[in-house]
Amino acid sequence: MASLASQPEWMIRTVGLQKTYVLGGENRVHALRGVDMGVRRGDYMAIMGPSGSGKSTMLNLIGCLDRPTGGQYFLGGDDVSQMDDDALSAIRGERIGFIFQSYNLIPQLTVLENIQVPLFYQGHDLRKTLNRCRELANLVGLGDRLDHRPNQLSGGQQQRVAIARSLVNDPLIILADEPTGNLDSKTGAEVLDLIDRLNREGKTIVLVTHDDKVAARAYRVIHMKDGVIDREVINRPPPTPPAS
Amino acid sequence: MLRLQLIAIIRLGIKSLMLHKLRSALTMLGIIFGVCSVIAMLAIGEGASYAAQEAIKKLGSNNILIRSLKPPEAARQQQGGGGPRGMSLKYGLTYADGARLQATIPGVKRVVPSRIIRENVRFGRTEVPCQVIGTLPFFAEVTGVELVRGRFLSDLDERHQNNICVITAGLAQRLFPTEDPLQHSVKVDAFYYRVVGIIRETGKAEQRTQAGKMEGQPLDNNVYIPLSTSRTRFGEVLIRRTAGSFEAEEVQLHQITVQMQDTAAVETADPQIKTLLRRFHDQNDYELIVPLELLREAEATKRRFNIVLGSIAAISLLVGGIGIMNIMLANVTERTREIGVRRALGAKRRDITLQFLVETVVLSIGGGLIGVLVGMLTPVIVSMATDMKTIVTLWSVLVAFGISGAVGIVFGLYPARAAAMLDPIEALRHE
Repeated sequence: MASLASQPEWMIRTVGLQKTYVLGGENRVHALRGVDMGVRRGDYMAIMGPSGSGKSTMLNLIGCLDRPTGGQYFLGGDDVSQMDDDALSAIRGERIGFIFQSYNLIPQLTVLENIQVPLFYQGHDLRKTLNRCRELANLVGLGDRLDHRPNQLSGGQQQRVAIARSLVNDPLIILADEPTGNLDSKTGAEVLDLIDRLNREGKTIVLVTHDDKVAARAYRVIHMKDGVIDREVINRPPPTPPAS
Repeated sequence: MLRLQLIAIIRLGIKSLMLHKLRSALTMLGIIFGVCSVIAMLAIGEGASYAAQEAIKKLGSNNILIRSLKPPEAARQQQGGGGPRGMSLKYGLTYADGARLQATIPGVKRVVPSRIIRENVRFGRTEVPCQVIGTLPFFAEVTGVELVRGRFLSDLDERHQNNICVITAGLAQRLFPTEDPLQHSVKVDAFYYRVVGIIRETGKAEQRTQAGKMEGQPLDNNVYIPLSTSRTRFGEVLIRRTAGSFEAEEVQLHQITVQMQDTAAVETADPQIKTLLRRFHDQNDYELIVPLELLREAEATKRRFNIVLGSIAAISLLVGGIGIMNIMLANVTERTREIGVRRALGAKRRDITLQFLVETVVLSIGGGLIGVLVGMLTPVIVSMATDMKTIVTLWSVLVAFGISGAVGIVFGLYPARAAAMLDPIEALRHE
């Protein structure tokens, strides 16, 4: 990406990020109570925390699936906290790659077509990007199964298709929500190896997990509790980002 | 670019629909029946009114027909035996009526009187019951008789009271299966008439029943002779023998065909003729038939018929549309997860709307296409099975197909909108 050099140092930056759900009347739930954090380019960060700690809300906000009720969120230098629905959709399509716990492939589409979905909404000519999709399928080791449907693949294979799909738009960050939650430990490890590899190749990764072993692969782990960051653990020093 | 994307969305829609083939087929069925019933019903209605209208048109839309009727009182008298037995019953139109019409009604082009007598016509041993119609040479032009061979009656025949006749092709076929009719004469009552011409039947047997009171018109088994000949050979008093007794009637003319200059003249002449005849007839021994009026009535009937059929068909399309909406709503619920994924991967609300709308439209247009095929086939089968005439009109096909497309859009919009308005987070969490 030619514009990478011009990107600011912070891929993700949140300032006093708040999210309050109104459940009707005076009944409010403060899911996030002012979160300040940043993710640099090439970083690999894991978010942990018990359920109700706000980590899902955090992930939704980072993924631009939702808007914060307070504070600011900069993604690649742009304040996306007040964008409208269409703009957020565009941001999701261009800058974010999602990997879900339950793979979330579209059942009626083939492997190749699933990988193409984000391109489709970006208005690309799918015939011109065919090679890129094939390369990605090869990267995740499914180059020979382009015509298979999701229900013809194992869980691990499906998750690898999802990873290929998350990469197809060359996003700034990859958001992984418990990517190994539905996999046995062996295939889970394979998937995590793949994610590690993507990180080594320069992708910025944010991962939500319950599993300490999974979190151990990240450079740093933030633990959330009651809507704020409780503590941050540095596993290893992250690679120094290229000077901007 | 947009076109490419649309094609991709349509392909996607078909793919999604193919995932549940039975469900999609059943949903389409509503539209198929709707479209099929619109086309088939209109075709049957159109066919029925076409037959009636053709029969009326045969009478000529510029013509007014006046027919002699046996007055009901007199008929009752005769039947009850209370009437003067042996005496002839005198009624009907007269030569004087014809002359008065010609002289007084404005816009009259021609007045063609005719006498219609039922007699058996013989050739050799073949005997066919016929209508022997004595008329003037104009008759051919006024009623649009089509000559097959030979000639029609001429003025000279009229003046010389020639014993010649013109017969219909059907009659010629029955009387002269192997011989050339123009070489022979037919026998009616006690006289021989030389065949000088053959005309085409203007009506078919099926139309005769529908035309109802159009007897005496140039249908088949007609023998045309000069009016003057009819008068001298048959006389003014017609005697009909019935078991043991006989009835005698004195009727000068059975029918007067008044040809007007144009259709506008027909409308003004209608009441004038009525007034004129009322003055010279004490009893109600004639009837007026205005083909133009019948035609208008037939058209109005057809319009009413079309409205009724159209609303029935519209209701069935509506039901089909509701069926589609119902399935699409279920579809949206079922695919909530997919919608969430697509939204997460960058789909805007209008992308989702378009996707589901296209699916609905594909369903309804697909159903519409099949419906058009079935709807065009049904009238053919109906025609073969029941002898009813059917006409599939282009506009009924277009309307039915157009409505099916519109149904898709109208009933697809709500489910598609519902899908687009789903919260992506909720949708992703949906099981």
